[in-house]
Amino acid sequence: MDRKKVTIDGNEAAAYVAFHTNEVIAIYPITPSSNMAEWCDAWAAENKTNIWGNTPSISELQSEGGASGSVHGALQTGSLTTTFTASQGLLLMIPNMFKIAGELTSTVFHVSARSVAASALSIFGDHSDVMATRSTGWGLLSSNSVQEVMDFALIAQAATLEARVPFIHFFDGFRTSHEVAKIEQLTTSDMKAMIDQELVFAHRKRALTPDNPFVRGTAQNPDVYFQGRETVNPFYIAAPDIVQKQMDKFAELTGRQYHLFDYFGAPDAEKVIVLMGSGAEAVEETVEYLTEKGEKVGVLKVRLYRPFSLKHFINALPKTVKVIGVLDRTKEPGASGEPLYLDVVNAITETFNDGELPFDFPKIYGGRYGLSSKEFTPAMIKAVYDELGKPKPKKHFTIGIKEDVTNSSIDFDPSFSVENPDTFKGKFYGLGADGTVGANKNSIKIIGEGTDFHAQGYFVYDSKKSGSMTISHLRFGPKKIKASYLINRANFVACHQTVFLETTDMLRDAVEGAAFLLNTPASKEEVWDTLPEKVQRDLIDKKMKLFIIDAYKVANETGMGGRINSIMQTCFFAISKILPKDTAIDMIKKAIQKTYGSKGEKIVQMNFDSVDKTLDNLYEVEVPSEITSKYNIREAVPADAPDFIRNVTGQIIAGFGDDVPVSAMPIDGTFPSGTTKYEKRNIALEVPVWDSEICIQCNKCVLICPHSSIRAKIYKPDELDKAPATFKSMPYKSKEHGENLLYSLQVAVEDCTGCGLCVEFCPVKNKREVRLKAINMEPQLPIRETERVNWDFFLNIPEWDRTDIKPNSVKDSQFMEPLFEFSGACSGCGETPYVKLVSQLYGDRAIIANATGCSSIYGGNLPTTPWTKNKEGRGPAWSNSLFEDNAEFGFGFKLSVDQFNEQACNLLVKLREKIGADLVDALLNADQKDEMGIIEQRGRVAELRAKLDELQAAAKDEDEKFDYLNLASIADYLVKKSVWIMGGDGWAYDIGYGGLDHVLASGKNVNVLVLDTEVYSNTGGQASKSTPRAAVAKFAAAGKPAAKKDLAMMAMSYGNVYVAKVAMGANDAHTVRAFIEAEAYDGPSLIIAYSHCIAHGIDMGTATRNQKAAVDSGYWQLFRYNPDLVEQGKNPFVLDSKGLKIPVKDFAYMETRFRMLTKTHPEAAAKLMDEAQEDVQSRWKLYENMASMPGSSNS
Amino acid sequence: MDLTTTYLGMKLKNPVVPSAGPISQEVSSIKALEDAGAGAVVLYSLFEEQIEQESLANFHYTTMHNESHPESTTFFPEYVEYKSGPDEYLELIRKAKEATDIPIIASLNGASLGGWVKYAHNMEEAGADALELNIYKIATDFNTNGREIEQLYIDIVKEVKKNIKIPLAVKLSPFFSSTAWMADQLDRAGADGLVLFNRFYQPDIDLENLEVVPNVLLSTPMAMRLPLRWIGILYGRVECDLAATSGIYSEKDVIKTIMVGAKVTQMMSSILKFGPNHISDVLAKIRFWMEANEYNSISDMRGSMSYMNVGDPSQYERANYMKVISSVKL
Repeated sequence: MDRKKVTIDGNEAAAYVAFHTNEVIAIYPITPSSNMAEWCDAWAAENKTNIWGNTPSISELQSEGGASGSVHGALQTGSLTTTFTASQGLLLMIPNMFKIAGELTSTVFHVSARSVAASALSIFGDHSDVMATRSTGWGLLSSNSVQEVMDFALIAQAATLEARVPFIHFFDGFRTSHEVAKIEQLTTSDMKAMIDQELVFAHRKRALTPDNPFVRGTAQNPDVYFQGRETVNPFYIAAPDIVQKQMDKFAELTGRQYHLFDYFGAPDAEKVIVLMGSGAEAVEETVEYLTEKGEKVGVLKVRLYRPFSLKHFINALPKTVKVIGVLDRTKEPGASGEPLYLDVVNAITETFNDGELPFDFPKIYGGRYGLSSKEFTPAMIKAVYDELGKPKPKKHFTIGIKEDVTNSSIDFDPSFSVENPDTFKGKFYGLGADGTVGANKNSIKIIGEGTDFHAQGYFVYDSKKSGSMTISHLRFGPKKIKASYLINRANFVACHQTVFLETTDMLRDAVEGAAFLLNTPASKEEVWDTLPEKVQRDLIDKKMKLFIIDAYKVANETGMGGRINSIMQTCFFAISKILPKDTAIDMIKKAIQKTYGSKGEKIVQMNFDSVDKTLDNLYEVEVPSEITSKYNIREAVPADAPDFIRNVTGQIIAGFGDDVPVSAMPIDGTFPSGTTKYEKRNIALEVPVWDSEICIQCNKCVLICPHSSIRAKIYKPDELDKAPATFKSMPYKSKEHGENLLYSLQVAVEDCTGCGLCVEFCPVKNKREVRLKAINMEPQLPIRETERVNWDFFLNIPEWDRTDIKPNSVKDSQFMEPLFEFSGACSGCGETPYVKLVSQLYGDRAIIANATGCSSIYGGNLPTTPWTKNKEGRGPAWSNSLFEDNAEFGFGFKLSVDQFNEQACNLLVKLREKIGADLVDALLNADQKDEMGIIEQRGRVAELRAKLDELQAAAKDEDEKFDYLNLASIADYLVKKSVWIMGGDGWAYDIGYGGLDHVLASGKNVNVLVLDTEVYSNTGGQASKSTPRAAVAKFAAAGKPAAKKDLAMMAMSYGNVYVAKVAMGANDAHTVRAFIEAEAYDGPSLIIAYSHCIAHGIDMGTATRNQKAAVDSGYWQLFRYNPDLVEQGKNPFVLDSKGLKIPVKDFAYMETRFRMLTKTHPEAAAKLMDEAQEDVQSRWKLYENMASMPGSSNS
Repeated sequence: MDLTTTYLGMKLKNPVVPSAGPISQEVSSIKALEDAGAGAVVLYSLFEEQIEQESLANFHYTTMHNESHPESTTFFPEYVEYKSGPDEYLELIRKAKEATDIPIIASLNGASLGGWVKYAHNMEEAGADALELNIYKIATDFNTNGREIEQLYIDIVKEVKKNIKIPLAVKLSPFFSSTAWMADQLDRAGADGLVLFNRFYQPDIDLENLEVVPNVLLSTPMAMRLPLRWIGILYGRVECDLAATSGIYSEKDVIKTIMVGAKVTQMMSSILKFGPNHISDVLAKIRFWMEANEYNSISDMRGSMSYMNVGDPSQYERANYMKVISSVKL
C-alpha cells in the first residue's frame, strides 16, 4: 500500500494514533507533552473522527491527577481512553496507574519522557519520569524516532487490548516529541486492521454497568490481598509474546518489523551497548560506522522494557558478546545501579543460574547519559565502546559531562564524527519573533514531502521569553537520518539577526567550504568590516562562502514588517541548491498558500511578494584574505563580575554550559541572587528616553515597567558632583521629603526590552507636540554607551530613606528599590509589574513560594535570575517547589517563620534578665506595622546579637551557652517576615486550588498573589477555569463555554480572608493600596491581579488600555474585602471601580483571544458573547449589592 | 400614484432607499426598513480594512510570539477552518435576502487596489442584487497628484466590475477637480450608477486628552445641496443611474433630488434620528405632495429640474453665487 509521507513531530505522530483509536481523552497541559492534547482538542473541534467514525470526547481536567482519575473512570465504564503527560504529571498519575493495572485494564498513556524536578526543574528529556512508574505494573514501550512513535502508539494500543496490561508508550521529550521528521503515515485501514474489534467488545463487556452490576474496588484484608495481587501473573507472563505478535502483525501490514529487543551491529560483536530511546538511533549510526571499520560492536535497542522478557533479551544478544555497557537516561541516587542496568544484570544472572546462557557470562557495566536532553553524540558513544574495551572499565560511569567530583565521567574526543557527508546539515540562528523556526519547519516539509530525501528538523530555544534566540538544526539527505543529536558540523549557517554577530560564535561548527548567509543592512562593499574578528577569521580559514541579504529591507518593501521568514527561506534554497531554483520557489509558494491560505489572501500575497523580491537582493560576497575587524564577539559577563558569575553563569550565557564541570555546580540547587544584572542583553531596538522638561514626576512609568528598567530617585544636589555630562536631573517638585531635592529618571537601556508600556502609561503629553510624552521611545544604539555610564552613576546615588517614604502612594512607592529586575519575562509582561511591586514594598523581608509557571521560569530559569538584594544584603528569598502545591509550600514557610519567632520570643523571656529587660521588652513589644518599626526592630536585633556574643563568650554553663547560640541562630525572626505565595491562574484556579483553599482557610498570615493571565501562559495558552467565557484557548478551541470562576468570591466566603481584585493598568493607586492592605492584614490575603499576556493576542505595548477596558466593561471588577473593617462596624467589601460603562464586547474584541472565535465559530461566538455580557451584569449586580450592604449586617 | 422607479436595472417600488449605515447590521432591522416601505436597502459597508487589516492583525497577534520558547511554541489553537474574511457580512446578505422581498445592495468600501476587491464576487455569490462601491481615498501623500488619484478610482471600478455580474454603483466623493469628467470616466469604466456623495467622517479633537478622535455627526439638511447640484448637472449627460445621498430628511428633499435627476434617494441620518417609520412618513407625504401637485408618477418629475431641462443652466454654475449675493437686500 502506498502510504502518505508526512513531515511531523513526535507529539503529532502519537496524537494521530491516540485520537484515532480512542473514545475518551482526558487532558492536562505539561511540557513537552501538551501538544499531543492540543492536537486532539483541535481535531475534535473540527469534528474529525476516530476509526469508528466518532469524535472522541476531549476533556481538560484540573491536574494530571484529575486527568488520570477521569481516565480510570472512563476505562471502568468501558470507553477506550487515553491521556498524555510527562514528568511531574506522570508522577501525579501514579496512584491511578496502580489501580488501572491492578484491575487489568487496557489503555495506553503516551508520555514524552522528561526529567523529574530534583535540585532544579527541567523541561527537557530523560527517562526519570517513566522509570518512576516501574512498580505500577504498567507495560513500558519505548519509541526511538518519530516513525516509531506513530508505529508503537498503534502496536501498544493493539497489545494492551489483548494483554489487558496497560501501557506507557514513551519517547524522549523534545528530542523525539519535538523533532520534525519525514515519516510514513499509518492509514485508517492500518489502524482498523490492528485493533481487534472483539477485544474492544471484551473491554466494554468488563465495564461497570447497572445492567450487569458487580463491585470492583473492594477493600481487602491480610487474608487475601496478597493472593489477589498474584492473580495477575499470567497476564504479565503472556504480555511480551502478545506485543511481539502485534509487532509481527504490524510488520505484515507495513513492512516495518520490530522486536521486543532489536539488535544492530556486527554478528560477532564482543562489545554491546544496551539502551532505549532516541539515543539508540545515534548508537546505531555509530555502530554502522565502526563496524565498517571492522570493529566488533553492536547495540541492543530495548523496545519493551516492561514486562521485561528475559528470554527475548538473551536471545537478541549476539552469542559472541563479552562486554555489555548498559546506558540509562536517568539517575537513581543511592541505588546499586540504574534501572535498566539492574535489569540486564538480573537477566544475565538468572539465565546463567538456569544454565541457559548461550554465551559466557559477560562483563556488565552501567552508565548514565543524556539527562535533561544532554547531548549524546557519536563521539560519546565511541568513548563508551572504547571504555568497554579497557581491561578495567569505569563502573557506573557518566558520559557527556565532566564529572570531576567522583570522577565517574568518561572523556571523549569531540572531533569524532560519523555523519554522512551526503547529508546536508544547516544551522539557522533566528529570533523567536522573526519566523525562522516556522520557515524552517516549512522547509523540512517542502523537502520531505517534495523530494525523496529524508528530512529532520530540531529546534533549540533559549530560556528567556523575550528576545530569545532560536537555533534550527536541519538535516536532509538520501540516507535515513539517525543523528539524534544537534548539528556540530554544519555546511550551511544562517544568521537571521545581525545582532547575533556580536554575541554568538555562530561559525564555530561550520565545516570547511560551508556557506554563511547573513541578514544585514550593510552593503556587499561594507559588510566585511562589520563582522567581528572571529567571524572574519573563520570565513577565511575555513574557506567559506559569504552571502548577504538585507531581509528587513525586503520585508518592509513587501509589507512583511518584522517577519523575514519567507525571505530567508528563499535565500536558503537559492544557496543550498537542494532543489532547482524554480522548483524551490514554486514549492515555497505552495507552502505559503497552504500555511497562510486560510489566514487571508493579503498575507499570502505579501509572502509571495517577499519571495519574488528576495533573489534580487541576495548577494555573494567575495571573502577577502585579510582580517580587518576592530572588534570581537563580546564577553558574556563583565570581567569584574564575581567568580561564580564568570565561571558558571557566563559560560552558560555564552553557550558553553555543556562544558561546566560538576565541581562548579552548586550541590543542592542553591544559586546566588541578583544575576540578571550581569547579562546585558541589549535586545531593545528602541528604548524610552526621559523628557524632564514636561515630566510631572508621577513615577507611573517606573511602576508599570515589567523589567525594572526605569528607576526614579530623589537625592540631594551634591550627589551630582561627579555626574556624567549627559546625566539628566531636575528639581524635585514636591517638598514632602525636604527642600531643594533633585529628581532623576534613569533607563537601563541594556536591560530594557523595548515594550513601550512606560510611554503608553505616561499621563503627560507634550503640549507643543502631542505625539510626545514625558518619556518617548528612541533608537537604543546611539545612546547605549552614554546611558550605560549614566545607569552606573544612577545606581550609586543612595537609595532614599525608606522610613521617609509613604508607600501607599504610587509615586512614593516607586522610590523604593526593586529587588526583582531584568527578568526573562516577555516584553511588556503584565505579571512582572506586580511581582516587582512586592519586591519594592517588602522585598527585604520577603520569603516567596512561587508556583511553577511563567513566574517560576522568568523568576528562576538559568542562566541568570532576577531576584536580587539591596546594599545591606537583604532581599527576597525565593523558591519554586512544584505546580500543584505552592500554597502549601508557602504555608510551610509561614510555619517555620512562626515557629522560629515563637522560639525566639520564648528564649527572650527566659533570658530576659541576662539580656536586659529593656531590650527584651522592646523586642517583644515592637510595633512593626511600618518601615520605621521594621528598621528599629532590626537595630534591636543587632543589639541583641552583640549582647548574645558577649554573654555566650562569658557563659560557663553549657546549657546557658546553648540558649545564647540558639537564640542567635533565630534572632532574625524577631523581625517581621512577609510570606508571599505567588503563581498563575493555572495554579490558583486549577491544580493548586485545593491547597490554596486550605491555606486561606488556615487563618495564617500569608499573602497570596495570583497573576491572572486567564490561561496557562507558560505552556502555551491552554484554558484554565479562569479563562473567560467566549475566549478561545487551547483546550477550548471552540470557545470557553463556561464563565470564569469567581475565585475572589470563594475566598471571601470565609469572612476572614483579605481579598482584592486589582488591575494596575486600570487603576494603579488601587493596586498599591490593595497590596499594602493585604500585607498589613494579620491573616490570609488573596490578591487577584489582572495580568495581560501575549496569549491574549494583543499589542503588549498598549496593554494597559485593555486593562482599562476590562474594568470599564465591568468584566474585571476592582474591589477590596478587608475583614479588619468588620471590627470597625463597616462593610468589609468596597467596590472600587465603576463598571458597565462599555459593553463587554468592546473590551473583548480588542483581543484576538475573543475575536478569533468569530472567525472560527461565528454563531457560538455571538451566543457566548451574549452570555458573557449576562455574566458580567449578574456578577456586577451581586457585587453592587454586597457593597451597598450596611456594615452592621456584615459584622 | 406610481412611485416605482428603476435603479441599476432593478425595478423598485419607490425611490426611498436607506443608505449604508449602522441600521442594516441586523436582519431584523433590514426587515423593519422593508416593512416601513423602503424601495431597497443598501447594507452597511464592509471596509477594505475589515477584509485585509483584520486578517493581518489576527495573523500577527496569533503568531508573533510563536516559536520563542520551548514550552510554548504557539499560543492559540490550530484551526484548519478559519474564516479570514468577514463572513458574517456574507451571512447577513444571505439572511437579508431570505427575509425580504426588496433588492439588497451590498456595500464595499476601500481606497486601494488590492485583493479585497475580489470580495465583491463573494457578495454576489451570497445573493446581493447589486453592489455599491464606496471609494474613500484621503489623498495625504504629497507625491501623488490628482490625476493618479482619479486613475486609482477608475482602476478600482474596473477591477471590481471584473469580479461581478450584478450591477455596480459607485459612491464617490465631491472632492474632484472635475466632477463631471470623473463621473464620465466612472461611467465608462463600467459603473451602472453613481451615488452622490459619500460623506467623509472628519476627525475631531478631544481637548481633554489631546487626541484626534473619530466623531460621527449625522448629516444635516444643508448637506443635500451638493448632491442636488451635481445630480442636476450630470443628469442625462452620463449613461449610468444617479442616486442622491447626504442630508435628505423630508419628502421635499426626496422630490427635489428626483426632479434634478436621481433614480433613487438614499437616506440614513434621518432614519437614525426618527426610526425606520420615517420612511413610511416620507412616502405618505410624497404621495400627498404629488397628488396636490398633480404628478402621476415619479418618472414624470425625474430630471425636470436638471441642468439640461432647467431654463437657465447657469443656476447650477458659479453665477449662482453672484445671484445669491445680489438677491440679498442690504
